[in-house]
Amino acid sequence: MNDATGSVNAGIPLSAEEMSKIAPGLAHDIKIKSSDVEVHYGDKQALFDVNLDIPANQVIALIGPSGCGKSTYMRCLNRMNDTIDIARVTGTIEIDGVDIYQKKIDVVELRARVGMVFQKPNPFPKSIFENVAYGPKIHGLAASKSDMEEIVVESLTKAGLFDEVKDRLEAPGTGLSGGQQQRLCIARAIATKPEVILMDEPCSALDPIATAKIEELIDELKQNYTIVIVTHSMQQAARVSQMTAFFHLGYLVEVGETDQIFTNPQDKRTQDYITGRFG
Amino acid sequence: MFGYVLITLIALSLAGFVLGRQRALAAVSGTAANLHSLPNYHGYFIAAWVGVPALVLVLVWLLFQGSVIDVLLMRSLPADKIAGLSQSELALLISEVKSVAGGAIFGTPAAHVVEAAERYNAWQSIARWAMAAAAIALALVAMLIARARIAKDFRARQGVEHVMDGLMIFCSAIAILTTLGIVTSLAIEAYRFFQLVSPLQFFFGLNWEPQIAIRADQVTAGGAFGAIPVYVGTLLIAFIAMAVATPIGLLSAIYLTEYASPKVRAVVKPLLEILAGIPTVVYGFFAVLVVAPAMRNFGQAIGFDIAPNSALAAGGVMGIMLIPFISSLSDDAIAAVPQSLRDGSYGLGATKSETIISVLLPAALPGIMGGILLAVSRAIGETMIVVMAAGIIASLTLNPFEPVTTVTVQIVTLLIGDTEFDNPKTLAAFALGLVLFLVTLCLNVIALRIVQKYREQYD
Repeated sequence: MNDATGSVNAGIPLSAEEMSKIAPGLAHDIKIKSSDVEVHYGDKQALFDVNLDIPANQVIALIGPSGCGKSTYMRCLNRMNDTIDIARVTGTIEIDGVDIYQKKIDVVELRARVGMVFQKPNPFPKSIFENVAYGPKIHGLAASKSDMEEIVVESLTKAGLFDEVKDRLEAPGTGLSGGQQQRLCIARAIATKPEVILMDEPCSALDPIATAKIEELIDELKQNYTIVIVTHSMQQAARVSQMTAFFHLGYLVEVGETDQIFTNPQDKRTQDYITGRFG
Repeated sequence: MFGYVLITLIALSLAGFVLGRQRALAAVSGTAANLHSLPNYHGYFIAAWVGVPALVLVLVWLLFQGSVIDVLLMRSLPADKIAGLSQSELALLISEVKSVAGGAIFGTPAAHVVEAAERYNAWQSIARWAMAAAAIALALVAMLIARARIAKDFRARQGVEHVMDGLMIFCSAIAILTTLGIVTSLAIEAYRFFQLVSPLQFFFGLNWEPQIAIRADQVTAGGAFGAIPVYVGTLLIAFIAMAVATPIGLLSAIYLTEYASPKVRAVVKPLLEILAGIPTVVYGFFAVLVVAPAMRNFGQAIGFDIAPNSALAAGGVMGIMLIPFISSLSDDAIAAVPQSLRDGSYGLGATKSETIISVLLPAALPGIMGGILLAVSRAIGETMIVVMAAGIIASLTLNPFEPVTTVTVQIVTLLIGDTEFDNPKTLAAFALGLVLFLVTLCLNVIALRIVQKYREQYD
């Protein structure tokens, strides 16, 4: 912001600091700031000009019909699109004010800070313990064996799984039930001590009871983490998130507080989608 | 005759099929939907009834016809001509009768032989006609029985399913019985060998010089059947081959699945698989004419003595031959690991190589182990390369620069030239073969165990 004009120009949005002074309960620090993000897969453009600020320690739900770009956007936040050869990302994404697409950023470190939980539970073919220990091991987070045990127990506890598996940490992670596997994957993501957790439809492969457990967990996790969740379930978005962003055909159509989006959407397309008229 | 009978049976079966269909349709006056089974099933049912028992009869008949006629022939020979003949002389006489019957006459055969030959020919033709008549009669009777069972509610489909069951069981039984047969013949000959040579000498002896005299006038080695040098040589060459093939095969599989662009993959993968298409005899002379001399020259240049038929040359070239076995199976196994596991690992900040080592390889392990053990079995059983490139003298050494021999090479050399089945030199081949078979069998069992263990853990 320009010092000479910033304080007098009411059109320029307030900084997070200024916001928190005016309305302390409402405002959070901006954790992730995306400007003009566009993604191309080969010749096909998947995301158009997305500007989205994600506040810290909140849950933001990304909703929209299939193929609308919400997962694509989310995969930009930990540069998972780098693993797709034909994907090209333009624009800037800043986490804590640092552009994550600049050359000197190490994706390895970035992905430790921005954890990810996938649509289908994907535990590694290893023991429960090793699944959780995988991230800390590759990032060298544990100095000793007892350190590692501490990290694993803590992560499993935070993911609400420890009591169920404490007697069989050496059993294969693939032997757990679907809901337990997904919580194991969350524990695995937590273990690298991330600041942001991305969840790509984390409950779509689970039954309602397992879903309820994960949603409860998301609610607890938001105290310590910034959570971005892609979901196809409007009810889930309404239940777990404080903010909701609606994507359609690669455009970010509308973003706002979840209550407002669901009760009083500004855009016709948002209204049609949440009332089930298309998508 | 057998050919004609076969054609007749096939024709009868086809007729049975048509008959079954028509009869089934007639039973419901043309409305196929009213039948329990589709009309075709009724057709198949009769065709199977016509074809299968008659065919079985023909096969059993052919199996026993020869020996039955032999016994008859032996009985019919005049008693004074066969009195005092030994078993093998009798067999010789029978084969003389048969060659006379077949028109191959050398000199003037004895009168009783000519008579026997005429009887033999007559019996042969009776047997043939009887077989044809019996088979066709059986087929016709079966057709009538089966036809009588066709009705609206007849469960022809289940009947056909039973026939299919039987067919599958028959096919797998052929494979199993053949294996059993080979093992039995190996075991019997090996048993005869161990009656001539003590098993202690064979399994623990350190000296292998099997070229003993078969005729009295031959000049040969003393004869020693200690098989340890042969097995050590086999294992040494197989070890060298695997030491070459495993890393190269595995790493090229990883490169192809994880690093290569689709264009490179499309070119490199078929090129790599061409290796599997090269005949082993070509590898053999490549080893003898190119690799071995090159190694020897290199050795001379650095003042080191390398034998022209060293284990290293044979094993190294064999290793190249085995690369596609390992790379191809590992490639499939790694490519089959779900993308979600890769994403999960990358999502935690793992690099590509960390992902490959800690996630992809463990998940793909059953397939990779399968490839490696297939290659080991090939390495142990491979014959042509070692016959050409490895040594023949069995020396007990672990030095890869010296010539060693292998089980397969020894089997080949033992069975070339004069062979006689009451001589330990020839029988030794069966003992070697039996042990080789047992070794590969154990390897396969271990492989299956390992694969199962990791399957449980990794699926």
